[in-house]
Amino acid sequence: MTAQPQSQTSPTRKRAAALISGGLDSMLAAKVVLDQGVDVEGVNFFTGFCVEGHTHAIRRKDRSREKRNNALWVAEQLGIKLHIVDVIDEYKEIVLNPKHGYGANLNPCLDCKIFMVNKALVTDVLGRGYDFVITGEVVGQRPKSQRADTMPLIAQESGAGDRLLRPLCAHNLPPTLPEREGWVDRAKLYGFHGRDRKPQMALAHSFGFTDYAQPAGGCCFLTDESYAGKLADLWSSRGVRDYDFDDIMLLKVGRHIRPASHYKLIVGREEGENNFLAGYRKRFVHLTTLSHTGPLTLVDGAPDTDDLILSARITARYSQGRNADEVSVEVHHLSGAVEELRVTPLSPTELEPAWQVGA
Amino acid sequence: MTAVHTLDVRGLLCPLPVIRTQNRVRDLEDGEVLEVVASDPGVLHDIPAWCRIHGHRVLACDERENDILFRIEVARG
Ligand code: SF4
Repeated sequence: MTAQPQSQTSPTRKRAAALISGGLDSMLAAKVVLDQGVDVEGVNFFTGFCVEGHTHAIRRKDRSREKRNNALWVAEQLGIKLHIVDVIDEYKEIVLNPKHGYGANLNPCLDCKIFMVNKALVTDVLGRGYDFVITGEVVGQRPKSQRADTMPLIAQESGAGDRLLRPLCAHNLPPTLPEREGWVDRAKLYGFHGRDRKPQMALAHSFGFTDYAQPAGGCCFLTDESYAGKLADLWSSRGVRDYDFDDIMLLKVGRHIRPASHYKLIVGREEGENNFLAGYRKRFVHLTTLSHTGPLTLVDGAPDTDDLILSARITARYSQGRNADEVSVEVHHLSGAVEELRVTPLSPTELEPAWQVGA
Repeated sequence: MTAVHTLDVRGLLCPLPVIRTQNRVRDLEDGEVLEVVASDPGVLHDIPAWCRIHGHRVLACDERENDILFRIEVARG
């Protein structure tokens, strides 16, 4: 597979796809190339693990904040188009079988970068014929995917070769095709390296960017220790490394408590999460509290009668009746039958720390 | 009279409603109208932002109980 450059606007004006995550680095990288007269379009991949969007919408406490999609915001600031590509299904292979392994948690950053660059440029998933691709990578910034020795690997294994331009650290790398051909002026690119963010912030300042997003850690939930713990637990409890979209959504929500290997509880932590979990009511045995205000709890797995009593006691523990002698809990079975249980809320000492998944 | 197309993205959380809208608009002609019904309040921000970026016009945005209804006029070129 080779990229088929086909400049559509004018024979001389080159077209570049910029991978836009919504963070500062990819924004700066796109801006630097845009300012050199290149026709830049943004591409954003939605893997299902992205921090953007979902969780802000679910948790009520986040609702008061302005909910903006940072990738869209970046595109609007830059005045470029943004194409958001749903890669949820294809991305599974990257998460489940990363050729280059994982980073600190379940983040397959190296394979992920290779995948995204390949999709944007070589596979030309948008069918728009880009001449080259731009990323905001900086040599030495991330322990695994942004090292001097892994950066050429991304170029090579993605199939982009020297059509992959990293404007923020270009001076630390050999000249790429866009530089050699004069599509961009190498002198106007940068030589950032390492974890110091000051050069990026200074460049942002010089462009007048102030309100940019600064996600801690990475751009996705796979870098999150707690989330990765929940995903690993899902795999080990099912005995198979697999997931569907609902699985990975549910891992973002609620307290996950596994009293035994054959079932797990997902307990809503606040109203927004309860509402979100309510959307899954028909597909899970679930519990609600009757005598007191309390959470909605989904039961994932195959609980028996005793397990449901324990589930009711755990649900009661997270209700307003946690200090009451008795809490009335409704168990909603998959058949539609509803059973009322009167239980003593589980005391904090009875709740085994080992049950808390990803805590 | 211009045909009105419809898209139901209720139950989907952002950015999926925007992705579905984008993919649907890709197949429409200049001046055609797409009605999108969504439930995630995130669309109140994301769909207008996406339209501004691509030059499409938001003709209307109505909130009805739990539904949010957008009318988008597609602009090409
Ligand atoms: S943090 Fe997530 S999205 Fe970003 S490169 Fe790593 S795996 Fe990919």
